[in-house]
Amino acid sequence: MEKKTKVSASEGKQEIIITRDFDLPVDLLFKAYVEPDIVQQWMGTKVLLLENKPHGSWRFETSDPSGNVVFRANGVMHEFVPGRKITRTFEMEGTPFPVQLEFLVFESTGDGTSTLTMHIIFRSVADRDLLLQMPFASGINMAHNRLQGVLSNK
Amino acid sequence: MNLRRDVFQAIADPTRRAILMLVAAQSMSAGAIAANFDTARPTVSKHLQILMECELLRSEQNGREVYYHFNPGKMKEVAEFIEPFRKIWDDRFSKLESVMKNYKPKKD
Repeated sequence: MEKKTKVSASEGKQEIIITRDFDLPVDLLFKAYVEPDIVQQWMGTKVLLLENKPHGSWRFETSDPSGNVVFRANGVMHEFVPGRKITRTFEMEGTPFPVQLEFLVFESTGDGTSTLTMHIIFRSVADRDLLLQMPFASGINMAHNRLQGVLSNK
Repeated sequence: MNLRRDVFQAIADPTRRAILMLVAAQSMSAGAIAANFDTARPTVSKHLQILMECELLRSEQNGREVYYHFNPGKMKEVAEFIEPFRKIWDDRFSKLESVMKNYKPKKD
């Protein structure tokens, strides 16, 4: 079966392109990025701020079971076109990673299906490679069992 | 022992991932690392020991303090790296899909 999520990261380029086909109409897919309580459910991180408009800002935070904040990220929305695209910055606080630029394009692919393309630009090739080497960095909220899944499905 | 599996077990813990992120930014003493967590100091020491054992951290004596560094060479081995990264996003998007399939509009 063809993989639903594809990642392209060419050698020597400072970008990653992630594409995913969804069994969802494009407006529902887009909504998953817009409503804070929904974002919270699938990202597994607390949404402190999410201003869905050009020049709006956003902030997420994740705590471990004992209440220590283990992940905090923030950024600014540059473009916000409902049902079509979001262009935003993404910065993980207190980490070696400089801010990233993300282009999210939402497209309908017919009857109740859609595709998301996420194009992430890094400051340097080295920064991109470090993120790939620490795959848990952008998913620091991952529960133990989901990481086990990473292992057992290899 | 399978070192590969050890590394995955090491990073399965959120506190250990947070420690790795801290020392990836700059090398730190055990005390400075522990200051970032409410967790008891011996617990942090235990985490450091596990990360040392699977070689995700290196330590260096500097005067009276031991400093810990991130050892990225080891991550390269773990990762081979696109597939784990892809899997994380795949899981996350599958979660999004299942959340939205059960979505009930607040108002119509």
